Amino acid sequence: MALIEVEKISKVYGMDGFETVALRDISFSVNEGEFAAIMGPSGSGKSTLLHILGFLDRATSGTYHFDGKTIDEYSEEELAVLRNKKIGFVFQSFHLLPRTSVIDNVKLPLLYSGIKEIYWNDMALEAIDSVGLSHRVNHEPSQLSGGEKQRVAIARALVNKPKLIFADEPTGNLDSKSGKAIMEILQDLNEKEGKTIILITHETYTAEHAERIIKILDGEVERDFKVDSRRKASIDFVK
Amino acid sequence: MKFFQLLKISSKALLANKSRSALTILGIVIGISSIIMVMSIGKGAEGLILGQIQGIGSRTISVEPGREPQGPADFAEIFVDSLKERELEALMKKSNVRGASSFNPFVIQGMNVAYGSETKRGTVIGTAPALFDIFNIPPDEGVVFSEDDVKSQASVVVLGANIKEDLFGLSDAIGEKIKIKNRTFRVIGVMGKKGQVSFLNMDDMIIVPYTTAQKYLMGIDYFHNIIVEAESEEIIDFVVSDIKATLRELHDITDPEKDDFHVSTQADAAEIVGSITGVLTALLVAVAAISLLVGGIGIMNIMLVSVTERTREIGLRKALGATRKDMMNQFLLEAVILTATGGVIGIILGALLSFLASLVLSSLVASGWTFAFPVSAALIGLFISAAIGLAFGIYPAKEAASKDPIEALRYE
Repeated sequence: MALIEVEKISKVYGMDGFETVALRDISFSVNEGEFAAIMGPSGSGKSTLLHILGFLDRATSGTYHFDGKTIDEYSEEELAVLRNKKIGFVFQSFHLLPRTSVIDNVKLPLLYSGIKEIYWNDMALEAIDSVGLSHRVNHEPSQLSGGEKQRVAIARALVNKPKLIFADEPTGNLDSKSGKAIMEILQDLNEKEGKTIILITHETYTAEHAERIIKILDGEVERDFKVDSRRKASIDFVK
Repeated sequence: MKFFQLLKISSKALLANKSRSALTILGIVIGISSIIMVMSIGKGAEGLILGQIQGIGSRTISVEPGREPQGPADFAEIFVDSLKERELEALMKKSNVRGASSFNPFVIQGMNVAYGSETKRGTVIGTAPALFDIFNIPPDEGVVFSEDDVKSQASVVVLGANIKEDLFGLSDAIGEKIKIKNRTFRVIGVMGKKGQVSFLNMDDMIIVPYTTAQKYLMGIDYFHNIIVEAESEEIIDFVVSDIKATLRELHDITDPEKDDFHVSTQADAAEIVGSITGVLTALLVAVAAISLLVGGIGIMNIMLVSVTERTREIGLRKALGATRKDMMNQFLLEAVILTATGGVIGIILGALLSFLASLVLSSLVASGWTFAFPVSAALIGLFISAAIGLAFGIYPAKEAASKDPIEALRYE
C-alpha cells in the first residue's frame, strides 16, 4: 500500500513576474516499508521536494496523498500534528539543542505530542537504546562525536514511533566510519522495524543503500529505478 | 503543551543567559521598587497627617470666617471678620444649635513673652477652657483658666513646656508673673511635653482667655475660628447644618454660595488629606511608571535578539511538531517570567528601601512616622510587571511564531 503518493506536484517561486520553477509535475509513490533514495545534485529541487513531503512546505499545484489522506487542504496546525506523529526528521547538521542532555533532546518531539509526561522517560530511553547510546544519556551534544550526534538525532526521530523517516544527507557531515554506522542503523530500522525511509542525498554511493532511487534533475524526475546490487552498510560502506 | 513543561523550557532558556537576564530585568526592578517606595512613603505621610488631625478628636467641628477658599489665588476672602461675639452667642443658644457640648472661640498670633530678662518668641492662643479637653492637653502643673476668667478678661496664662523651660528653667513657674505686650500675666498652669496637635506645636503655646487676647494682645473683635464639639460622632452632620442655618439667618444669607463663613469637620479634613496625598502619590507613580516603560522596551529588545539567536531552535521545534501557538507561548512566557521576576525583586527591594526611609524619617523629621507597606501596591506591582511582559513580549513572540521552519533550519 502506498504511504506516500504525489501526483503532478509543482513548486513555483514567483516574485513580481519572475517565476522560478523548482519542481515540475513530479509524480511517484512510496510504499509502506520501502527504503527509497531521492538523489540529485544541489539545485535539482530535491530539498524542496523533501520539504513538501515532510509537511514543511506546500506544493503550488498537484496533489499529495499521505497514508490514504489528501493533505493539500490541511491547516498549519494539522500539518504540525502530522510532522509530530507520522514522520521523523534526520538532518545533515544534526540540529540538536545545545546545553541540553541527550535524553532531553530526544524528548523534544514528545513535548508537542500530547503524550503524558510520565511515559516520556521510558520512550526516550528506548529510542536511545535502539541507536546504541545508552551510555551517553546524560551527556550534552558538545561532549559527543559527530556520529553520536547523528545517532541522537535518529533516536529523536524515532521517539514518537513514526511510520516514516526522512534522512536529509544524514552522512554529509560525518567521516566514513561514522557514516557507515548511521547507514547501518537506517537499514536496520527499515528491515527489522519495517520503517519506511526516504533518504535524500547527492551521492550515488550513499543512494545505493536504498532499494530504489528516484533521481531528480532540474525539478523533474529523471529516473526512478530499483537498485540492482544494493549496498549493505553492515558489510561494505566506504565513502 | 502543558504549562508546567513550558515553564521548564522557558526558565531553562533564561538561566542559560543569567547575566543577560539579570541586566534585562534591571529596568523593571527599578521601576517597580520606586513605585512601591512612592506608595509606601505616601501612605506613611498620609498616616502621619491623619494622626495630627485625629489628635483633636473626631467630634470636632471648625467654623471659620470667610467662604471656603476655591483655589490657591483665593486668599482675599479668607481673612474676614465675620465671626464675632454676636455670632458666638447665636450659636450657643440651645434652640439654634442642638447637640453641641462646647463652643470655643479661637484666636492665634505669634508674640514675644518675657520673664525678668528672659524673652522668648511663642504663639499666643486665646480660647475657652473646654479647648484643653478637646486638644487633650490638660496642664501637668496648676490649673486651666475658668469661664469666669474668660468673662472677666483675666490676665492669666497656661504655658507650653518649651516656653516654661526657656523662661524658668527648672524652677517653679506657677504663680510667677510674665509680660506679654507689656501686660502682666499670672502663670496658673504649665503643660507637659505634648508635641504637635492639629499641626500646632503645643510646647510653644501661650494660652490665655480669648477675651483677654482679643482686647489686650491682638486688638481685634473677631475670632479666627470657633471650635465646636459635638456631643457624639453620629450627630455631627446635624450640628453642622444647625450651625450653617444659624449663621445664614443671622447674616441674612439665602444663597449658600454667598456664605461668609465655612464649616469643616475632621472627616472633611481627612478626606482632603487623603485626596492630596493620593494625587501626589499618583503623580510620583506616573513618573516611576516611565522607567517601567523603558524597562519594557529593554525586555522587548532582548527578546528580539533572543528570537534571532535561536532561529534554528525555532525551526527545529517547528519541524518536530511545534505549532505557531507553542512557539508564541514559549517566548511570551519567557518575557513574562523575566518581568515577573523583576517585579518580585522590585517589590522586595522597594519594601526594604521604604522601611529604611521610614526609619530615617521617623528619627530625623517626624517622630509620628510609621512604616506602611501597602499590600495593594505589591499586588499592583506584580500585576503590572507581568502585564509588561505580556505587552512587550508579544511582538518578539509573534516574530518567533511566524518564522518559516525551512528558512529557520537553514539559518546560520
